[in-house]
Amino acid sequence: MIRIENLSKRFKKLQALDDINAFFSTGQVVSLIGPNGSGKTTLIKSILGMVKADSGIIYVDGKKINGDPSYRGRIGYMPQIGRYPDNMRVGQLFRMLKNIRKVPDAALDTDLLVKFNLASIFDKPMRTLSGGTRQKVSAALAFYFNPEILILDEPTAGLDPLSSEILKEKIMQEKRKNKLILITSHILSDLDELTTHVMYLQEGKMIFLKDIETLRKETGQEKLGKAIAHVMKGGKKEALWIDEVLALKETDKND
Amino acid sequence: MLKLSRYVLYDILRSRVIITYTLFLFIVSMSLFQLEENDSKAILSLLNIVLIVVPLIGMIFTTIHYYNSYEFIELMLSQPLSRTRILMSEYGGVALSLLSAFFIGVGVPVLLFAFDETGLALLFTGGALTLVFTSIAFLASVKARDKARGIGAALLLWFYFALIFDGLVLLILFAFSDYPMEKFTLVLSALNPIDLGRIFIMLKMDISALMGYTGALYKDFFGSNTGILFTGGIMLLWIVLPLWWALKVFRRKDL
Repeated sequence: MIRIENLSKRFKKLQALDDINAFFSTGQVVSLIGPNGSGKTTLIKSILGMVKADSGIIYVDGKKINGDPSYRGRIGYMPQIGRYPDNMRVGQLFRMLKNIRKVPDAALDTDLLVKFNLASIFDKPMRTLSGGTRQKVSAALAFYFNPEILILDEPTAGLDPLSSEILKEKIMQEKRKNKLILITSHILSDLDELTTHVMYLQEGKMIFLKDIETLRKETGQEKLGKAIAHVMKGGKKEALWIDEVLALKETDKND
Repeated sequence: MLKLSRYVLYDILRSRVIITYTLFLFIVSMSLFQLEENDSKAILSLLNIVLIVVPLIGMIFTTIHYYNSYEFIELMLSQPLSRTRILMSEYGGVALSLLSAFFIGVGVPVLLFAFDETGLALLFTGGALTLVFTSIAFLASVKARDKARGIGAALLLWFYFALIFDGLVLLILFAFSDYPMEKFTLVLSALNPIDLGRIFIMLKMDISALMGYTGALYKDFFGSNTGILFTGGIMLLWIVLPLWWALKVFRRKDL
């Protein structure tokens, strides 16, 4: 569904993305994992066309994303920090986007809107909302248009435990509808039950992209958090892909 | 396009700056027509205000508006809308509100008190200058990285067009005073929309008779249909070129 070929992006001195190749298809829940500044958000923004890559091509449904913006109509995006026009009221925001996307009322997914009880704050201006409430608005907006692809950048950060559970439940539900879901998060325990694939990024390089079963087998760890920690520490050398990781690290040092 | 511009317009109207600007222009124009016994004298005073205030307010307002609607632009980018359409809607909204402020604030008094060729020339120039400086301000804000730089660049450009350029022209004329410069100054005037507007209106007034040989030559040129086409064409270039450049920059920008 999304194919990325040789994607590179440089911000002045920082190599944000370095020759990324990946393929995501429907029914997958892909966790983008990596330390801060490893290029997760840049990758997401490149898929959305907000960041223009220096080289490389991204295909969504076999079509290059440069040019026709209509592909974004199939993506629901929840940003890391939701920034909205200050003066706009919550209700207006939803109405405006509905107006822009031209989705009939019947096709809308108001599940989160109801569960987060956002209708009660419809006449509040966006600037008066707290960080967590903003996150709820962002989440409800991402799912509102029933998109085939969901891109969630740190969805549970800043949400209270109850709302976080609601959101996770919702993601599970969408996963069952065979959608493609991309999630970044540092809270690995949140991803544990959701994820089917893990993409690990470090300093703009993709270290690996594999499904969770293989990862568990290779590291011998049941929990995602432990498995990743395993990788980061570079333990269990016999696993082939970890050798690759170490080899990469060594060439870096030699440079 | 219009749908988005509607939201931009709505946002602008809420801030009330445009309404204050309209009132300011209206009060100044009305009082000038009331104070001066001779309407063409009033037009002359009004001309000076239009040539200074309209570009200044246009540039400052546009730059501030651009940075204030950064969140809106960001939000729109994740929707199925092209960047060209987003920026053009912003331009449409800003230009429309500034134009209506000018035509209500200055246009209504002029139509009431001095509905003649000079009055119409003033309205044409003011309208054109509004669009020109909105375009230039869009270019400055798209190119600048942050708010301070953007507003600084806009102010510098205004200084250049309103004050510095005239000094340079004087310097050139003084240095080459032994040569016939009439045709050359005509070309120079095309390099500054404010100067072009000033000459265009001045030559519609009685005082142009006092400007000697050069004045006569100018009157010959600007009084003819060619002159009107020339002014209109150059103004159009000043509107289109900066906007086109701004679009080019905006399309490649990382947001």
